[in-house]
Amino acid sequence: MCLAVPGKIISIDKGDSLARMGRVDFAGVVREVCLAFVPEAQVGAYVIVHAGSAISTLDEEEAEKVFDDLRRLDEIMGAESEKQEPTV
Amino acid sequence: MKYVDEFHDPKACRAAARAIERVTRRPWTVMEICGGQTHAIVKHGLDELLPDEITLLHGPGCPVCVTPVEMIDKAIAIASREEVVFCAFGDMMRVPGTRTDLLGVRSKGGDVRLVYSPLDALKLALGNPERQVVFFAVGFETTAPVCAMAAWRAREEGIGNFSLLVAHVLVPPAVEAILSAPGCAVDGFLAAGHVCSVMGYTEYEAIAAKYRKPIVVTGFEPLDILQGILMTVRQLEEGRAEVENQYARAVRREGSPAARKLMGDVFRVTDRKWRGIGVIPGSGLALREEFLSLDAETRFEVAEVAAEESSECISGLVLQGKRKPADCPAFATRCTPERPLGATMVSSEGACAAYYRYRRS
Repeated sequence: MCLAVPGKIISIDKGDSLARMGRVDFAGVVREVCLAFVPEAQVGAYVIVHAGSAISTLDEEEAEKVFDDLRRLDEIMGAESEKQEPTV
Repeated sequence: MKYVDEFHDPKACRAAARAIERVTRRPWTVMEICGGQTHAIVKHGLDELLPDEITLLHGPGCPVCVTPVEMIDKAIAIASREEVVFCAFGDMMRVPGTRTDLLGVRSKGGDVRLVYSPLDALKLALGNPERQVVFFAVGFETTAPVCAMAAWRAREEGIGNFSLLVAHVLVPPAVEAILSAPGCAVDGFLAAGHVCSVMGYTEYEAIAAKYRKPIVVTGFEPLDILQGILMTVRQLEEGRAEVENQYARAVRREGSPAARKLMGDVFRVTDRKWRGIGVIPGSGLALREEFLSLDAETRFEVAEVAAEESSECISGLVLQGKRKPADCPAFATRCTPERPLGATMVSSEGACAAYYRYRRS
C-alpha cells in the first residue's frame, strides 16, 4: 500500500504551490505526477512517487552512504576476524 | 544511481548479512511495521540470511488488512448505488465484507473502478458531472496527503459530485498499542520509510525513549531492510534505544512540511477500529468540519451494519505478530488469495498472502 517508486522529473507544468504538477520518468514509463509536496524538486531530480504524488526528493549523497558504511564495516570486521584467527 | 538495482546487489546484501551475524551475541526479536517490508523479506528470503538468534515478526502495517469489515460493508453499500462510480486501489477489490466484496458488486452491474491515484478519481468526477464519484480513501500517512490533495482541489474547484469514504490510519499509535500490550515480545522496530518520508520521525523519538526500544527508519529494498536490521541489532547489543535513520536518502527528520500541512488542513485525528485488533485511540484520520461536505458516509447516509468476521480467521493475531500465517489451520486450504477468509490473505502486503505466494509451508 505504501509502495512508492523512484523516478526522474523531466518537466514541470505549473510552478506554484498546491497546483504544481509535472512529468516523471520511471525507467521509460512517463506519468503525470503531483509535485506539490516536493516544492524544492527541479527538473532532473529523482523523487519517490506514491499514488500519483511525489512524497520525497532523493538525496544521492545519502544513498551512497549506505554502500560506504557497508564497505567500511566489512573492512573493519574482515580485519578483526583475521586478527582473531590463530596463526601457526 | 537509479535508486533500485543498486539496493538489490547480492554481494552487498551478503556483506550486510555477514555484518549482522558478527554483531549478534544474544537472541533478539525485531518487528517490521510495514507490509511492503514483510513482502520484500519473504520474497527475497531475507529472514533466511539471518542468524538463528534473530526473529522477525511481521507488524500491522497493511492498511488494506486493518480496514474494519464495517467499513468494507459501507463501501459495498455505496458502490451498489445506481448513481455512484466507486473508485478504489486494486488491493481493496477482493477484501471480504460480511456478504460480498467490491468485485462482487461489480459483477452485479455496479460501477466499481480500480484507480492508481485519488487524483484520477477526481478527474473522473470532472468528466462525469451527472455521476457521483466516490474514492475509498484507505492508507497510512503515505497515502493521506494525496487524498487530502484530492479533497482540497474538489473544494477549490467546486467539484460537487466527488466525495471520499475515509478510512485512513496512523502508524505511531499502532506501535504504541503493540508496545503496551502485555507480554510484548518485540525488542526493536523497523519503522516504515515512506510513512516517515511524509511525517518525519520525531514522533518515534518519544516512543523509543518511553518504551526503551530502538526504532530504525528503514527503506524497502533488500539491502535497506538488512541494513535496518543491522542498525537495530547493533543498538540492542550496545544497550541503546534511539531512533536512527537508515533511509536517509528519502527521509528527513521533519518529513515533508508541505504534505503534513495539507494533511492537517483537511483531516483531524480520530479514534479508529483496526480489523482484528480493535479500536486504537487517536489512530485514524477523519475529514475536518470544513471538508465534511465531501464525506461519503454522510452524503449517502450509510447506516452502521452488523458486520461479521470469519470465526476461523486468525488475522488479528497475525497482524500483531503473535502468530505466523502457517499457524492458521485454514492457511492455504480453506483460505487462499482466490477465496480469502481474511484481509491478510488478500493484499499483496498482507503477511498471509506473502507466505502463500513465496513459502507455502
